[in-house]
Amino acid sequence: MIRRFAVLLMLTLALCWPAFLRAESAGQSGGELHFCLRGEPKTFNPLLVEEDASETIRYLTGGVLIRLNRQTQALESGLAVSWKISDEGRKISFRLRSGLHFSDGTSFTAEDVAYTIKALMDPQLHSPTGDSFRSGEGQVVVQTPSSDAVILTFPAPIAGLERLFDQVAILSAHSPKKEMAVLGPFYVADYNPGSYVLLRRNTNYWRKDKEGRPLPYLDSIRLDIQRNRDIELLRFRRGEIHLINALDADYFDRLQKESPAAAHDAGPGLDSEQLWFNQVYGAPLPENKKIWFRTTEFRKAISMAINRADLSRIVFGGHAHPAFGPVSPANHFWFNSSLPIPQYDSAGALRLLAQAGFRLEGRTLRDSSGNRVEFTVITNSGNKSREQMVAMIQQDLSQIGIKVNLVTLDFPSLIERITRTYDYEACLLGLVNTDLDPNSQMNVWLSSAENHQWNPKQSKPATAWEAELDRLMHAQSSATTDKKRKSDWDKVQQIVADQQPFIYLVNKDAMSAISPAVVGSSPSVLDPHAFWNADVLRLGPDPALGAQK
Amino acid sequence: MNPLQKAAASILCAIFVSMVLATFLLPAPYARQFRDIPNAGPSTAHPLGTDALGRDSLSRLLYGTRVSLLLAPAAAFLSALIAALLGSIAGLLGGWFERIVLAATDLSLALPWLFLLLVVRAMLPLDVPPLVSVVIAFLMMGLLGWQASVRVICAAARGVRDSDFLLLARSSGCKPARLLLCQVAPNLRPLFYTQFFISIPLFILTEANLSILGLGVMEPMPSWGNLMRGFEDFSALSANPWRLVPLFLLVIVVMCFQLVLPSQEVSQ
Repeated sequence: MIRRFAVLLMLTLALCWPAFLRAESAGQSGGELHFCLRGEPKTFNPLLVEEDASETIRYLTGGVLIRLNRQTQALESGLAVSWKISDEGRKISFRLRSGLHFSDGTSFTAEDVAYTIKALMDPQLHSPTGDSFRSGEGQVVVQTPSSDAVILTFPAPIAGLERLFDQVAILSAHSPKKEMAVLGPFYVADYNPGSYVLLRRNTNYWRKDKEGRPLPYLDSIRLDIQRNRDIELLRFRRGEIHLINALDADYFDRLQKESPAAAHDAGPGLDSEQLWFNQVYGAPLPENKKIWFRTTEFRKAISMAINRADLSRIVFGGHAHPAFGPVSPANHFWFNSSLPIPQYDSAGALRLLAQAGFRLEGRTLRDSSGNRVEFTVITNSGNKSREQMVAMIQQDLSQIGIKVNLVTLDFPSLIERITRTYDYEACLLGLVNTDLDPNSQMNVWLSSAENHQWNPKQSKPATAWEAELDRLMHAQSSATTDKKRKSDWDKVQQIVADQQPFIYLVNKDAMSAISPAVVGSSPSVLDPHAFWNADVLRLGPDPALGAQK
Repeated sequence: MNPLQKAAASILCAIFVSMVLATFLLPAPYARQFRDIPNAGPSTAHPLGTDALGRDSLSRLLYGTRVSLLLAPAAAFLSALIAALLGSIAGLLGGWFERIVLAATDLSLALPWLFLLLVVRAMLPLDVPPLVSVVIAFLMMGLLGWQASVRVICAAARGVRDSDFLLLARSSGCKPARLLLCQVAPNLRPLFYTQFFISIPLFILTEANLSILGLGVMEPMPSWGNLMRGFEDFSALSANPWRLVPLFLLVIVVMCFQLVLPSQEVSQ
């Protein structure tokens, strides 16, 4: 009887052991992470994403062939075990992981990749992600030699081709759930418009941790739709949400005073704030002002007379760093570290201005014709930090006798002036940069580009240095090696530093708030700063600032 | 004038004198930035501390008082005057004229004036001096802020229209213009004053909101409105309560006006 009982007990234990293991694993993981989306997601189709809320959902749910590690900035294998670029950047061959399944159980094969690429490149779909892959006239040829191999051939070489696949979430060719069947760590389980999006753990997700346990650790993520940043911060302080992906300097300081462990400053990010002068030939400006703005010494003197360190320290509370060029130091590979760091030097600025024929009379700077040097800076209304920056620039430039006026305009009026009527003198705006690769800045540096803000849409380059910029940008985009591309892009940065068409002011820090209850967080300067490694995040108990139920 | 009214008048006088003499009383130019001491607390050099850019808060308050205390009442007076004229004539005449005025008022209330103001700002040349830009902003507020007062004054004028003393004046052969000026206006004056005083803080706050949209007072020029924009950061306010001084000044000025002016009514 005892023997039979012992056998029965052992049998029961043996049957229940996996369940115990799972329970232990779940005990270490589990929990529901809460944070806010700052707007309604406009689409769940990963190929149509063009705004932040949808991008967050794509990042958390989409499985990609190649993933950019936001911490190391290196490319890592995702659904593709390996890849190879050939034919001078026109062709890329992927070897796929086998035995993977979408969240709904559908098998993942090369056919799904082919289906996704065809949909991505379909002109009828107007995919913003697909635009990056349009290298020239002609069709993209997709070959699937086997169920785990895909070869894509583009009509023309694409610089930094493999990096673009970080944005391409693979769709299922056969799933009845269409784009809701995903290969990422989470899937969309519930969506209540205007209220929340609930993501649940994808049990078919392919990644495992070092101990071989399946990822992600979290059971679910609840994304509350909350546009008001004050309320978002209040909810974080109450422990109702676990993280805020991007914080302004004001909010960061407020939070740091109350909860230093929750405020994270990852250092200078990719975004920059810059000032530029209108150099459009047909702009409705007085001729003397057009001449000032086209004078390199004038622009360099302005740049030299602005105290960037004070801007960083006072306007951004020390959560920004002086900026010198189009690439932030946060961009490890593409930043040209040999560029000289410009120093604040109002005496040097006056010397430069004197070389260009300007003279200081008392406390007023005049040009060679005796006109007082005065200009108006426009910026978008409601942006306190930009207004403060202009107020500081006003004082800096008054030291060299220049009077600066500030006019804030609502955004549509501002855009109208800088893109259509060109009825402005100088403009201060920011550039949000999400891509490390210089190719994403083609629409800024080519003289024919619409975002070549100081003198856009030129039929032919107005200056020799702009012609050289055009040449270098085309050269880097068609170069086959990163070394050659880097060399060309370094020269672009050098020309920009020499000519100052944009006077870069600061690179804002990438700041986020993460509750100490979130285990495994490692804030990064690249977006998403706080949850880029969402699949290894988990919730632990935290008495100070926890949001656990 | 009772002691309370005397005190109110004295406070108003002191504020007006300091406003006029602001240039001589300022501890530092209102736009000068002391960059080593941003957000500093009160000290002997800076009695009300400094703002986020290190500018002396007392200097900015005194200069801002000049901007707000001259222009906001002027705009309030303009809007109250338009409302008094339209409302009293509509109330007195009644009939189709009253219906037209009230319909126009309703229509005007329904129009998105904010967008008109944005269009006006967008149409202004960029090199308009800051002071002219401020005057234009207040002028627009005065011209566009009469609608709510019209209804109140019209209702009061309608009450006066059927009164015995007006009937007596009419039967005595009093002409319409004299009726309006000598009989109706004195009876509606308290209401006019009320509308005027209600409008002053309203216009100061409207100016603060318009500053956010780029229509009000631009940097570095201060006004009560843009000084109060800092109130959005409540935690900073609770840590630096002296930043509430512009609000206290606004409350004091409005209260003093309310206390002083009824005495003029009584004295008449």
